[in-house]
Amino acid sequence: MTNEYAVILVDSTSHALRIEKLLGNQGLTCKLIPVPRHLSSDCGVCVRIQKQDVITAQALVNEHKIVFQSIEVI
Amino acid sequence: MSIEAARIVYAVREVIAASFGAPDPLQVIFGLNITDGLNLALHGLLKPGDHVVTSSMEHNAIMRPLNDLQQQGIAYTRVACQADGTLDPALVEQAIQPNTKLIALNHASNVCGTLLPVREVGRIARQKGLLFLVDTAQSAGAVPINMDTDYIDLLAFTGHKSLYGPMGTGGLVIGGRVDSSTLSTLRQGGTGSRSEREMQPDFCPDRFESGTPNAVGLAGLLAALEWLQEQGVAQIQAHKEVLTQALLEGLGNLAGVIIYGPRDASLQTATVGFNIQGLEPSTVGLRLDEEYNILCRVGLHCAPAAHHTLGTFPDGCVRFGLSAFNTMDDVQQAVAAVRELTKDVR
Repeated sequence: MTNEYAVILVDSTSHALRIEKLLGNQGLTCKLIPVPRHLSSDCGVCVRIQKQDVITAQALVNEHKIVFQSIEVI
Repeated sequence: MSIEAARIVYAVREVIAASFGAPDPLQVIFGLNITDGLNLALHGLLKPGDHVVTSSMEHNAIMRPLNDLQQQGIAYTRVACQADGTLDPALVEQAIQPNTKLIALNHASNVCGTLLPVREVGRIARQKGLLFLVDTAQSAGAVPINMDTDYIDLLAFTGHKSLYGPMGTGGLVIGGRVDSSTLSTLRQGGTGSRSEREMQPDFCPDRFESGTPNAVGLAGLLAALEWLQEQGVAQIQAHKEVLTQALLEGLGNLAGVIIYGPRDASLQTATVGFNIQGLEPSTVGLRLDEEYNILCRVGLHCAPAAHHTLGTFPDGCVRFGLSAFNTMDDVQQAVAAVRELTKDVR
């Protein structure tokens, strides 16, 4: 386990939920959290993942053609 | 709390998409009900100069928006159905004009259950490069529907009929051939996304879902859909077909009873429209309720066009609707009650 995280920024809560379900089913640790203020003023949520999972998560999300804005290390 | 609610709402999107063979759960748009979904499709898609082909068996959920749009320069052609509500797809093809953008069709009559040839009409729409909107109020959950193999581009659904969910759940599923960013929105507002902008987002479902959703109702719909999956649409359909055929034959054997629709359970849903000669539908409905504890719906069923087609305008008819929970005993009691009422006429 690590305390270093990244977040996947998305358009909507529905996108976040879709990604959370996809990654969770693949055994990745993830959680929906409020978007950190320094990344966006969006009032919605984003998907927090472990930094070590960024490449795997990105590949999965792309594979399932889920649109996301960006992945940021926090 | 709100994330948990959103999780439930999202879960319903996935089940709805899977149930109808829709490619993308994010293109499942929840609204006030199916009427809202149909309004989104019609008002969102159509622009002045466009033409729509529809049938003469439509509910007012389609006819009233179309007549409203007519005043904005959008024309429509109403293809005549047979007296039993059936539709010849060739007539739909003949009604297509150079400016036709959409074919809008009721899947099954809410008055007499007649199934309309969705797949055949959908194939015509696809061949002609048109979009195809289907009103599945009476058919979703009652018969298998697949947006891909039935060539449906816009599917309006309700949760509260044969999906067995609560009232106030429904909407529109947008297929892959529709560019949702070109659909106008019925309403705008907060979506919980892109809050820094004062313009409506262009992505689904947020573009069409402003304001707080009916999460409680949708949680009920999720439970209903899970139950429906356990039971199986095909199994329920088979059960209802047996009951419907028995009801049709039972009523059909009664002198003075006129049944509307195809009178064949394989060609209709479990909705049976009829009249007792010499009795007003309202009288029949009230007596079935008060004397026999049998509930039905009487009158014009928000579908004057369908009643014109069936020859029952303006008096309307009596409508029985069977569900998964009805039994053969219920059918026999209903037939016996109608038999008693016919005796009073003679």
